[in-house]
Amino acid sequence: MKVGLLVTCLVDMMRPSIGFAALKLLETAGCGVLVPASQTCCGQPGYNSGDREGARRLAAKLVEEFEACDYLVAPSGSCSGMVKTHYPELFADDPSMLARVAALAAKTYELTDFLVKVVKLEAVPGRFAGTVTYHDSCSGLREMGVKAQPRALLAKVPGIKLSEMNEAETCCGFGGTFSIKFGDISSRMADKKCQNIEDSQADAVVLGDLGCMLNIEGRLRRRGNERTKVLHVAELLAGETDEGAS
Amino acid sequence: MQIATMYFKDRAQLKLQDELLQYNLNKSKGKFVGKRAEAIRELDDFEATRDAAKSIRQRVLDNLDTWLEIFEENARARGTTVLWAETPDEVNRHVLDIAARHGLKKAIKSKSMVSEESALDHAIEAAGMKVVETDLGEYILQINDYEPPSHIIAPALHKSKEEVSALFAKVHGTAPKTGIQELCAEARAVLREHYLTGDLGITGANFLIAETGSVFLVTNEGNATLCTTLPKVHVAITGIEKVVPTLEEASTLLRLLTRSATGQSITNYVDILTGIKGAGEFHGAEHMYVILVDSGRSKVLASEVKEALRCIRCGACMNHCPVYQNIGGHSYGWVYPGPIGSVITPMFIGQEVAADLPNASTLCGSCASVCPVRIPLPELLRKHRETQVRLDLRPVGERLGLRLWTWLASRPALYAWATRLGVRVMKWLGGYEGRIHSLPLASGWTNGRDLPAPAGKTFRELYAARRRAGRQT
Ligand code: SF4
Repeated sequence: MKVGLLVTCLVDMMRPSIGFAALKLLETAGCGVLVPASQTCCGQPGYNSGDREGARRLAAKLVEEFEACDYLVAPSGSCSGMVKTHYPELFADDPSMLARVAALAAKTYELTDFLVKVVKLEAVPGRFAGTVTYHDSCSGLREMGVKAQPRALLAKVPGIKLSEMNEAETCCGFGGTFSIKFGDISSRMADKKCQNIEDSQADAVVLGDLGCMLNIEGRLRRRGNERTKVLHVAELLAGETDEGAS
Repeated sequence: MQIATMYFKDRAQLKLQDELLQYNLNKSKGKFVGKRAEAIRELDDFEATRDAAKSIRQRVLDNLDTWLEIFEENARARGTTVLWAETPDEVNRHVLDIAARHGLKKAIKSKSMVSEESALDHAIEAAGMKVVETDLGEYILQINDYEPPSHIIAPALHKSKEEVSALFAKVHGTAPKTGIQELCAEARAVLREHYLTGDLGITGANFLIAETGSVFLVTNEGNATLCTTLPKVHVAITGIEKVVPTLEEASTLLRLLTRSATGQSITNYVDILTGIKGAGEFHGAEHMYVILVDSGRSKVLASEVKEALRCIRCGACMNHCPVYQNIGGHSYGWVYPGPIGSVITPMFIGQEVAADLPNASTLCGSCASVCPVRIPLPELLRKHRETQVRLDLRPVGERLGLRLWTWLASRPALYAWATRLGVRVMKWLGGYEGRIHSLPLASGWTNGRDLPAPAGKTFRELYAARRRAGRQT
């Protein structure tokens, strides 16, 4: 089984450890992992900003890079959601591309969804002594149906306790360029998310999208919270965190 | 209504600081969201009912002209006069003509968002008539110098009981009341007088029933019942999209409307008004008019956002919208706030003046997940963003930034080099703390948040190094 890892542009730049954690989990599960070297960005920033043409160009590039793989997996509900639910819409008027896009969309998975549904991962390398709370990032939840999968995987981590926060499914306020264009609204949304995270008393908030992580971590620290860790679910499962033994 | 959509950002900024509003929003949100969640559990198959509702509405829109003709024919057969209004001004003109024709002096009105589009109350007053809003929320706003509504089903949602109490004491000249029941009783006593003296009843319509030519109305206060039965003339004003083929289908929609809106299995009152009072009948208006309003709706129908016309105005999308819940309805600056407002407002008043609205969303999808008629609101907001790019309405900086990003991301080698440089600069900016407190080009981010600094090397370079090391060992 050849799995193409879509690292995502944010992970590539801002937190490579998530990419390595995803790699490790996929390899633990026995997958042969291919990391196309020329991958850059899935085109979502342009797509969500109304730049259809730019988005199509980057989408076509990504299809080229990944279509030979048996699966495309991304440690992000947002980027996998872009490929799976929005690429077909982007090429709706281009029948020859549409067939290729649809084929790729059909084998595109968010990481935890893939680990649970396709490879049925039994044991995970990570350890965590403490309580975590899980934030359901919007695209993962509503476009990719990711809800039970990360929780099922987290339950396999020795030492971990899950404490659900209130409104786990409410948007953290990231929204890509929204977070800059409407910074005040976005910060307020992040602030409410942080309050719910703190109220859960968890030692760490765990989630599956780096954009939301940066938003939540940025707001937690600005609020003066230095205690609550912000971890990607892949980092925790792979044991690629400070306390995770691998 | 006066257009204030261009002040979206400034208004939102003020509303974020308004602690009383924040408190009021929080309180109502909990109620709406919780009650809806409970109410939809009563339905055996909520999702299938949503599918049915979607297809009922879509079937109408696919042949809207035909269904409108059927409605018109059946309404006429029962003595109702059907009038058409292409613009908001025409709506007001029709109403004033009707008032002049029958010598009417005083309008009593139940809630109609469509009439807000044309600021009908002001037109009526300018013509020397009196008008009284009888929906409690609308009444509160009217006596507060015609404050605009902030929600489509709970127009005074932004106000607390204490604010209403102070307002009533001031306007009615009564002692301030503390309990909600006392306040309602006071409003009821004041309104009762108006019901008995009004000679023109004005309402909206939740649905128009094609097969019977009826106007279908839901309220919780019974005010529409009084407005449509006591005065001698009843005028219903509604958008052309509101037609539904049969009563059977309207009842399917009703099951979703009330549950999605207020979490009720049905509203306290449902009025189905079919034609004028017949010979020997006791109730009903002597003259009934239906004004079918276009005001941009046929433009929506011919556009990429046409699915928005399926809307049955339940308000669930705003109740579940994290942006609306933080800034309130007034920030949006026109009649319809929240996700559906951000989709239809640019079509009604122009993309240029309402340019912020479709962009002021994280596209989180919460709205679409609750919409009873499955309007893909985030997709429609994105369509508007595409239109704005096409019309060159986006700021230069944003356009250049996006173009540069696409250009760079299409050139992997250059991209690799640029990102390597970028993450090193950002790491340096993050200092020993590992976080950036201020970024001039992204102050929108850093005003309210830190930016966690990157590790300083990209995944791709670390991965390449790892592969090289692996090969050597
Ligand atoms: S768009 Fe959907 S959820 Fe929003 S008001 Fe209309 S019907 Fe209700």
